[in-house]
Amino acid sequence: MATATDAAEGSSLVFHPMDQFIVKPLFGDTIAWYSITNVTLWMFFAILAIIGLLVLSTSRRAVVPGRMQSVAELSYGFIYKMLEDICGKDGVKYFPYVMTLFMFIVVANFLGLIPTAFTTTSHFAVTVVLALAVFLTVTILGFVKNGTAFLGLFWVSSAPLALRPILAVIELISYFVRPVSHSIRLAGNVMAGHAVIKVFAGFAAVAVISPVSVLAITAMYGLEVLVSFIQAYVFTILTCVYLKDALHPHH
Amino acid sequence: MATEPIAAEAAGTCVDSYGSAIGMPQLCFDWFPNQIFWLVVTLVVIFLVLSRVALPRIAAILAERTGTITNDLAAAEDLKAKAVEAEEAYKKALADARSEAQRIAAEARAEIQADLDKAIAKADAEIAAQTAESEKAIAEIRAGAVESVKEVARDTAAALVTALGGEADQSTVDQAVDARMKG
Amino acid sequence: MEGDLAHIGAGLAAIGSGAAAIGVGNVAGNFLAGALRNPSAAASQTATLFIGIAFAEALGIFSFLVALLLMFAV
Repeated sequence: MATATDAAEGSSLVFHPMDQFIVKPLFGDTIAWYSITNVTLWMFFAILAIIGLLVLSTSRRAVVPGRMQSVAELSYGFIYKMLEDICGKDGVKYFPYVMTLFMFIVVANFLGLIPTAFTTTSHFAVTVVLALAVFLTVTILGFVKNGTAFLGLFWVSSAPLALRPILAVIELISYFVRPVSHSIRLAGNVMAGHAVIKVFAGFAAVAVISPVSVLAITAMYGLEVLVSFIQAYVFTILTCVYLKDALHPHH
Repeated sequence: MATEPIAAEAAGTCVDSYGSAIGMPQLCFDWFPNQIFWLVVTLVVIFLVLSRVALPRIAAILAERTGTITNDLAAAEDLKAKAVEAEEAYKKALADARSEAQRIAAEARAEIQADLDKAIAKADAEIAAQTAESEKAIAEIRAGAVESVKEVARDTAAALVTALGGEADQSTVDQAVDARMKG
Repeated sequence: MEGDLAHIGAGLAAIGSGAAAIGVGNVAGNFLAGALRNPSAAASQTATLFIGIAFAEALGIFSFLVALLLMFAV
């Protein structure tokens, strides 16, 4: 679709839906592991936004909260209740970890919706690290907390004995597919939305279609706002569900 | 979208000479270490900020609010109890005042009754005295009158006897008049 | 020529996204039907709803990923 030859031909319909995901160095030309790139910039903005939302807004420690403090308290209560509902009381001590994941994803998603912004969560490298962190935490925690009893997760004792080995294989596969679906769901949703908006933006170059295109971009943008939050929510709630498996590995 | 071709070595393997992406930028392995490094840095910073500052603070605020609400509720409960107490005291005072008023009224009534009785008795005594006096006077007058009538009757009888040409014997006339008056 | 075949394959793979949309619609629709019958139980099941939607959507995302790979990476 987006090829250099199209651009070179100077065609009016030029689609570069993937260009928004290019990592660019801010200083110099090369990208080493330590270089400061647009990834760094937007992650820095994410940190600033989280500090502004959760630290600065609560600095007054008002008993009757203002708007920003209400948002901070709401997000706190939202994740806390989710974790407590799913994992029970003993899951509460992993609250900072879950909250870190949720806040980073939701803030990065929303920052990515700013036009010309770079969306860090649209990259597999980022989401795979997040998902692998969850996967490794859950696996290690499961074995540390329950020992070999954690393997009971794969041995469905309520099923007929003959079916159990087959179910064990299926459970094992689904267990290892978890980080894949966990990460690709987030990056795929975010990337798809942004790419579709870019494709519509490409159509806007044609005067006849441009009103439709602008309307479509607006509608997609609204959907993306929704998706940004829902994907962060889903990522967090799945983290809680996996954590519950590690803490209570009984079906 | 850069229109100026840039140097191939600067573009790397993921970006073409026009600055456009070749394939999916998400699958460009040259960029992975950079992204992962900064992601880990970001996550660590967020985790430290949240676990050290933000979350304890929000938890403290929420706990403080719950405490405040509980305290306020307790205070409200206290005040309500006090109000009930005050109402009881008021009712008691009202009942006391009412019985006191009744007592005072009864006392006053008794006092007035006593005065009244005394006055009536005095009046009665006075009336009785006056009645006795009057009766005495009346009796005297009546006695006087009877005497006068006797006198007049004797005189008249003597005069009548004389007028008819008889010899009026005073004692005979007196006897006759007395006999008539008795009859 | 190979690129053209890849594009056709990408289009075919994108059908999977539509299939996932049917699945997500099923989940949400059934949830709504249940929620209207017993609204008091609905609030406690929203988490389950989102987990169900997430699982249904994950497979659609896989097909979308295959499409993207065929478009850009092959």
